[in-house]
Amino acid sequence: MSVTLASAESTPFEIAQAATSAETHETPADAHAAQPAGETHTETGVAHGDEHATGVFPPFDQTTFASQLLWLAITFGLFYLLMSKVVIPRIGSILETRHDRIAQDLDEASRLKAEADAAIAAYEQDLATARAKGNAIASTARDEAKAKADAERAKIEASLQEKIAGAETRIAEIKAKALADVGAIAEETTAAVVEQLIGAKATKAEVASAVKSAAGE
Amino acid sequence: MSNDPTHQFLVNKIVPIEIGGIDFSFTNASLFMVATVAVATGFLYFTTGQRGLVPSRMQSVSEMSYEFIASMLREGAGSHGMKFFPFVFSLFMFVLTANLLGMMPYFFTVTSQIIVTFALALLVIGTVVVYGFYKHGFGFLKLFVPSGVPGALLPLVVSIEVISFLSRPISLSIRLFANMLAGHITLKVFAGFVTSLSALGAVGVVGSILPLLMTVALTGLEFLVSFLQAYVFAVLTCMYLNDAVHPGGH
Repeated sequence: MSVTLASAESTPFEIAQAATSAETHETPADAHAAQPAGETHTETGVAHGDEHATGVFPPFDQTTFASQLLWLAITFGLFYLLMSKVVIPRIGSILETRHDRIAQDLDEASRLKAEADAAIAAYEQDLATARAKGNAIASTARDEAKAKADAERAKIEASLQEKIAGAETRIAEIKAKALADVGAIAEETTAAVVEQLIGAKATKAEVASAVKSAAGE
Repeated sequence: MSNDPTHQFLVNKIVPIEIGGIDFSFTNASLFMVATVAVATGFLYFTTGQRGLVPSRMQSVSEMSYEFIASMLREGAGSHGMKFFPFVFSLFMFVLTANLLGMMPYFFTVTSQIIVTFALALLVIGTVVVYGFYKHGFGFLKLFVPSGVPGALLPLVVSIEVISFLSRPISLSIRLFANMLAGHITLKVFAGFVTSLSALGAVGVVGSILPLLMTVALTGLEFLVSFLQAYVFAVLTCMYLNDAVHPGGH
């Protein structure tokens, strides 16, 4: 633990030292020459064959530049090729397909809308003609029915009139007959009443004249 | 791992290669360049494998990065600049993936090496210069002569323009390099405080809570910086490419 602590405490000092050495020693030759043995970096895990890890600030260590440039050229060149030949055409085609598809769908939608509008217009036209036709049929039917009903009623009224007339003549006949019968009944009743009252039979002629005079009043 | 905050930037040989006396070893830096390419390509390739009309979540990420760079380039350099789309897209994805991979503990940060960012910046400026002269010939030099400047001021303005042009690769490379370097050093220093303080006993353990919280917060910030620096690199690339495409147009 104490070792860790010591190395940790030396940290700010190391930064300062590394920065100074980076500023003052521009060339690697200088850096190598000016590097005292037993620099603080020896305690780090740099041991695996890195002879330039000698205290020059690592990003300014010019001995690594050639290798970094070469590998950057290789990797970035490869990356550029992969991007321009594979990835960009691929994403580009995906986006283009989507764009085309959306445009196509919009066209389709507007076409369908036009169709729907035409269908609505045709439907309304049909509806209007059907309504007109329906009205015509209804009015002719009504007229016909009315005419027929009128004729029927006239016929029925005529026959009823006839029946009423027949009935009236019959009533008149029956009445006349009944009135005639009333005279005979009155005479009989009168004769019976007179006989009961005075005990003598009245002649038929007398009774008839008496009834006639009473009826005549 | 030692507590030395610069240890993480050390370049170690993995496969020593030497050609003509020059050291071209395959190092941990090379390994993480290869890893960056593999991760970025693998992600973009496999997430778009379904070619879904309705994208999956991961496919959306790939499509978003594509459209993000495409709109950035179109706004920065116009539709004529779109021929550089593979270049800007590769740059952005490479820098972003390298930055994000560098956020993993024990991983090497490719973009924390000045030579890498400087090479990428030179590639950008080189592309601008070569394409500018190829497309416009000496008309490309109109870039340094803004229109509407009085004749007396012209030498001054032109020299300022030339200096600002020459400083572009430097500012472009230093910005990315310094951001990644400083962020990683800061993280390492605060994390180092946690271990050294907690070694001091109970009081130290309590005291180490503060740098621990700081480390957590800085980690979040560094992820933001990783994205932001890749974005800034790509945006500036688009602006510089605009000069190559339209040299008289500013």
